[in-house]
Amino acid sequence: MIWFILRRAGAASIVLFLASVMIFLGIRALPGDPAVAMAGEEATPEAVAAIRAQYGLDQPLPVQYADYVTQTLTGNLGRSTQDKLPVADILAQRLPVTLELAAIAIVIAVTIGLLAGIVAAVQSGRFFDYVANAIGLVGLSVPHFWLGLLAILLFSVTLRWLPASGYVPFSEDPAGNLQRMLLPAVVLGTGFAAALMRQTRSAMLGALTADYVRTARSKGLSERKVVAVHALRNSLTTVVTVLGLQLGVLISGAVVTEQIFVIPGFGKLTVDAVLTRNYPVIQAVVLVVVVGYVLINLLVDIAYAALNPRIRFGGGADG
Amino acid sequence: MAEQVVERPAAPVSPGERGRLWRRFRRRPMPMTGLVLVVAFLVLALAGPMLTRDPSAQDYNAIMMPSSGAHPLGTDDLGRDALARIASGARISLQAGLLSTLLALTVGIPIGLVAGFYRRWLDPVVMRLVDVVLAFPFLVFAVGLAAILGPSLRGVVLALSFIQLPQVIRITRGEVLAAREMDYVAAAIADGSTDGHILARYILPNCAGPLIVQATVAIPIAIIGEATLSFLGLGVQPPTPSWGVMLTTAQQYLDQAPWLAIWPGVMIALATLGFNLLGDGLRDVLDPRSGT
Repeated sequence: MIWFILRRAGAASIVLFLASVMIFLGIRALPGDPAVAMAGEEATPEAVAAIRAQYGLDQPLPVQYADYVTQTLTGNLGRSTQDKLPVADILAQRLPVTLELAAIAIVIAVTIGLLAGIVAAVQSGRFFDYVANAIGLVGLSVPHFWLGLLAILLFSVTLRWLPASGYVPFSEDPAGNLQRMLLPAVVLGTGFAAALMRQTRSAMLGALTADYVRTARSKGLSERKVVAVHALRNSLTTVVTVLGLQLGVLISGAVVTEQIFVIPGFGKLTVDAVLTRNYPVIQAVVLVVVVGYVLINLLVDIAYAALNPRIRFGGGADG
Repeated sequence: MAEQVVERPAAPVSPGERGRLWRRFRRRPMPMTGLVLVVAFLVLALAGPMLTRDPSAQDYNAIMMPSSGAHPLGTDDLGRDALARIASGARISLQAGLLSTLLALTVGIPIGLVAGFYRRWLDPVVMRLVDVVLAFPFLVFAVGLAAILGPSLRGVVLALSFIQLPQVIRITRGEVLAAREMDYVAAAIADGSTDGHILARYILPNCAGPLIVQATVAIPIAIIGEATLSFLGLGVQPPTPSWGVMLTTAQQYLDQAPWLAIWPGVMIALATLGFNLLGDGLRDVLDPRSGT
């Protein structure tokens, strides 16, 4: 297990290194002078010169890269060109909002996805199975942003149950915070719930016909107990698998969902930064997302191996 | 002469086989539904704009009107016909979906072929680069590229094709590795065929099935990707009628003109669903090894 973790961590750090090079080069691939781009269109020549000196843009590329890595590792991500605030402070303010949204979305999605998947498998071939399958397929085909619009249309405009948009910090008004987070979280979790439902269903169907479940039945265990104890045990692996597969969708979904519901999180920061050509923020945002994505994938891999010894010892986990 | 001896049916699907596969495909309702949806989408995108009004023509006497005889799907905030804009939007979607996928195939297949066939130092380098691109979540990558390329259909197509590249390279390389071990490839090598001939004649046809399946997976992702980027203001720019752009407008008028939010979304969902169903069916027929 130690070897497995080390090997995976090694591969992840290579990927992170190359990704940081790509992000570093990306900002320099911009048309025109990157110093002008970073300072903003209306910047004075002095400001541009200051940026050039600050980022060492007159140095050779490898020196610039080493400098970039050192600065980043010490938490200096530059300053936003819009409000001149340190990018690190902006991230510290925005990231928790998105993490809360994602956490609520995952809780809702896992609850719904697992339950629906299990019931669909137990009821296989009957009415609920078909309905769940159809909803699951639609859930995978409908883009987040349209689902968000429909949700606002139904719950805010027509029924007037929930506010259409806005955000209050949890620390100020916990009830108001959750009330405003509910709709976006459901929207964000839809794809995840749909994917989880489908995976759980097929994993359960496999388990329900497996030999050990037949043995359990023949021992005279009730069907409820067979499902709960024997077949469900594997669904934890399924949740981990789907989490790994859906992580990118979840991150992308957060960007869109925050835009629709006007939640001042990480995703909205990303879009606003691109629209205002706020390059220091774009650079930092992409870096944070990639680091988070690679680390979570690493954790998913490790959790997967811990739950499933065949991965650990098979060695053929790449694929 | 020896060439004749080792000549093997290179294409994995012969004409007779093709008929059998088609019958297997036709019997099943879900893939057929997908095929119908995809064909309908193609017809709408190709013929629709010729049959509807000018999508940019503004009718100031019909601002945000609900469905009527003159405007079956109503009009938007500038009095433009929603149906005409849906049809033109289909064309944008089709371009984004097809062009990005074709571009990814054109660039990715040769890279995958060469990396898988020659291995040596090239293979690990290519595969590490593939891992790096995969380390970027799809939309964040597209957003980053849009920032560099500027918001336009061209930028969207380039960004979406770049995102598909890793999968194309991976699949092609995997098929090459498998095909390399086949006896008929060994025979062709022994026979002294050129590498180019072996790749084109014996190995590439093996990649066709999985790559077609991959394309049906990639096209709907690209369609959603274009709509999403355009919705966020990072893709196709107004007044060009992309489905995503239409939904951006719709969000501003949700309480006054809810129908504007319905149809573009329905179209995106149907087009995506069509390709997904078709892809599922094709996978069962063409690439039975991969999972359900």
